[in-house]
Amino acid sequence: MTRLLLALALAVCVLSPAPGHAVDPREMLEDPALEARARDLSKGLRCVVCQNQSIDDSDATLARDLRVLVRERLKAGDSDKQVIDYVVSRYGDFVLLKPPFKVSTLVLWLGPLLIVMLAIGGAFFYFRRHRAAPETPAAQPAQALSDAERARLAKLLEDDAP
Amino acid sequence: MRSRLIFIIPLALFLVLAVYFAVGLTLDLKKLPSMLEGQPVPAFDLKPIQGRDDKGFASTDLKGQVSLVNVFGSWCVACRVEHPFLMQLKKTSDVPIHAIDWREEDPAAGPAWLKRHGDPYALVGDDPRSKAAIAFGVTGAPETFLVDQQGVIRYKHVGPLNPQIWKDVLWPLIAELRKAGGG
Repeated sequence: MTRLLLALALAVCVLSPAPGHAVDPREMLEDPALEARARDLSKGLRCVVCQNQSIDDSDATLARDLRVLVRERLKAGDSDKQVIDYVVSRYGDFVLLKPPFKVSTLVLWLGPLLIVMLAIGGAFFYFRRHRAAPETPAAQPAQALSDAERARLAKLLEDDAP
Repeated sequence: MRSRLIFIIPLALFLVLAVYFAVGLTLDLKKLPSMLEGQPVPAFDLKPIQGRDDKGFASTDLKGQVSLVNVFGSWCVACRVEHPFLMQLKKTSDVPIHAIDWREEDPAAGPAWLKRHGDPYALVGDDPRSKAAIAFGVTGAPETFLVDQQGVIRYKHVGPLNPQIWKDVLWPLIAELRKAGGG
């Protein structure tokens, strides 16, 4: 039992994602509320150098400078939206890890929903048609063999034997 | 007729998706859309780098004539590749090239680099904390911006400048801007 618990504890340690170490303690703001907002915003902003990391995770120098910029703007009294709008005005929507909902991203947001609806609709019509017309020859139960057929089958099997 | 349609729909869907993804594969993901083309240059005011007798480089310096703003750093390998062409431009064209010396860890590194490889720049500003670079939406060095007489960014080039881009894109644009706005 103790062994099992130890193994589980080890698994949790190994498998849980490592906490981000990119944020340097010297960058952090003294006000914990502001710092929390900064962390939150940083997690949604893409590092434009490494592209698939947020600036909160990235060790790239440009990501570091962007983190500092986010904090400076928050400290100067910007709202979350003002900070994000500023970064987007420089780097475009691409910098947002979660794409915004607007005309150019309609396909992205609604495409999967549309495909699921098409699939459900298709399945509905397919099954409805098949239930409406069950009297096809293939759907009839098999009939017993007649005596003549039985005799022929026995002969065929006999011929086939080595 | 209806049953035949059922077979055509998946095929049509497949073809639409195939074309969509095929186009997607040809796009360069590293090339981001520039937000700043057609916008006035962002406000910045950078201190001079060591060893130059200019007063630094600020957004207000960009009004009055067509100019180039080049983002470089002594740490940047591609800038080294680009550099001979900038030196050549300085000799052969009358378009001033200004520079943002971006993210030098050591303030002496940029000046030393220019001393070694030549200095093609009119004005140079020191940007050790990416203040101006972020304002310009820079993602990597070198990047070059073409700025018109009113201080509006007309073109952004990512990567090293070369004679081809100068001949095909920048010079025609510059000639056009000069004809339209004087200077």
